[in-house]
Amino acid sequence: MTANDNIKFASYRDVAPPGTMDLAYKLSEGLQGKTMLHVNSTRWGGGVAEMLHRIIPLLRDLGLDVRWDVIEGSSEFYQVTKAFHNALQGEQQDISPAMYEAYKETNKKNARKMDLNADLVVIHDPQPAALVEKKKKKVPWLWRCHIDASHPQRRVWNFLKDYVSRYDGAIFSLPDFAQKLDISQILMYPSIDPLSDKNRDLTPQEIEAAIGEFNIPRDKPIILQVSRFDRFKDPIGVIQAYQMIKAGNDCRLILAGGGAADDPEGRAVLDEVKSAAAQDKDIIILDLPPDAHLVINALQRIATIVLQKSLKEGFGLTVAEAMWKGKPVIGGFVGGITVQIAYGQTGYTVHSPEGCAYRIRYLLNNPELARRMGEQAREFTRRNFLITRHLCDYLALLKTYIG
Amino acid sequence: MNEFCFADCLEIRELTGKKADDEAKLLELIEEASLDSIYYHTHSYFLRHFYIVGPYPNDFANWVAIQVRDKVLGEKLSGVTPSPSHDLESVRNELAEIIDDHLASIRAIPSVIFGHSFYFMTSKIIEVPTEHRVNNLKEFREALAVVHASAIYNHLFEARMRVRRGKSDFALWLDEVLGLKELARQIENIDAYMYSLEGLRKKILSLCDRQLEHMS
Repeated sequence: MTANDNIKFASYRDVAPPGTMDLAYKLSEGLQGKTMLHVNSTRWGGGVAEMLHRIIPLLRDLGLDVRWDVIEGSSEFYQVTKAFHNALQGEQQDISPAMYEAYKETNKKNARKMDLNADLVVIHDPQPAALVEKKKKKVPWLWRCHIDASHPQRRVWNFLKDYVSRYDGAIFSLPDFAQKLDISQILMYPSIDPLSDKNRDLTPQEIEAAIGEFNIPRDKPIILQVSRFDRFKDPIGVIQAYQMIKAGNDCRLILAGGGAADDPEGRAVLDEVKSAAAQDKDIIILDLPPDAHLVINALQRIATIVLQKSLKEGFGLTVAEAMWKGKPVIGGFVGGITVQIAYGQTGYTVHSPEGCAYRIRYLLNNPELARRMGEQAREFTRRNFLITRHLCDYLALLKTYIG
Repeated sequence: MNEFCFADCLEIRELTGKKADDEAKLLELIEEASLDSIYYHTHSYFLRHFYIVGPYPNDFANWVAIQVRDKVLGEKLSGVTPSPSHDLESVRNELAEIIDDHLASIRAIPSVIFGHSFYFMTSKIIEVPTEHRVNNLKEFREALAVVHASAIYNHLFEARMRVRRGKSDFALWLDEVLGLKELARQIENIDAYMYSLEGLRKKILSLCDRQLEHMS
């Protein structure tokens, strides 16, 4: 099994915006039986695999013949691609000629054993990018870059660019992530799945079952941030913002995330967070496992305001997740957060703990406005960041390249 | 064929690789941008905001007001509204003249400090005919209430500006096929740049309801 084929497109009728289902069915009419191949670097774990697990069954359900293959390599290969990943995101990395060779060799080996025949091929991220050497002239290949490559380490980008420029197009999640390329560069926002465990509606009993063990009192408004314990997510800034308003605006802060169990830096950040929270019983810190989807869903549902006060961010889909649950979101003015939050209408973007504190205070004291913003946030997400829109984007690409 | 066939549309957005970080660069790039790019930044805005109306109805005004924090130029650019008699080349010229005049009146060139660059984009529109084919006003109203919001964009903005039919498809059909000249005129006179697509849907539905009531 490569994807969850129990997911049916018709199940989305009640959550998709008006007309979207008909639009997708109509678009797919001319694409029946067309073949599409996705290749990425992992079947499980990470946002790309999660997205492919959800979107491929929907494309199949619409009559397309979609395959998903995964590049395989040694641990050395994954060390190289991890270094590529970090270098493309702007970190200085020392990559030796032998490492470049290992990358090329692994891609060659995979290309020999993979069936790369399809009407449209979509290669995700840098790991399998060199498969393009096997591209047939008449078959369109697209490179889908999910990472923030806006300030890459030049040497690594120049190496990859040789491959990327052989594609027919590159797809980026934000304009800032794109690069100077001679091929067409397409903008496609990521999406959330409203029917997944992380986002589906929950009954009060399900909420209780998911988070009952944490004994979170509901006697005062809850401010929530869900994110890894990572300095770029600024958990300390969140605590500072909370502390600035706590005296005049009684509320509770929940910082829920993961990344501390298997990451020394994550552990250090978690320790700093615990220390900053000091003895305040109204700050609840939850170190969650990576598969705590229902817990996160429930926490977002009991929150009054959701924060994503990142200092650096890719697309930051936790914002769309919270908005889908009808919550106003206060986010850092970085990356995709600025695209997801319509300032003053679905939430606010801020530049500092002071700005964050002011907006928390403002929303706590204007509950009717917060409620209205939450409603607008849900509708904004419905139209812009649900998987149904993402599916239509892929259908439009198929139509353009092979329709 | 007297029926009206609603058609949705989808937009594939493309990056041109050109970006501005200050108002002088914005002016330079507006002068050399393709008309498709001018169209994208003055119209496709609606396809990205089905539900919510932004502060100003074009990307240029929003960018200088929000990212550069030059509200004076934002206000001046907000008034640049294309119309059938005001083609995209005129829109480009007007945008350029306003920015040029503004830069001549200030000492320093305003630039982005904490905000995002302006990325020049363009788009391909794919028209997708729907099953909604209507023959009278009642059917038209029923279909309009349920079609994808992109159909409203397609028949109002694409028809007027990119396909250059002069008027919206709605007004043309209501006038020429159904003979409802007054309703066609009312729809044509809606200041469409002041609404989201969902707002436009509601507005046109209310005009249809009034007409249907009058006819009953």
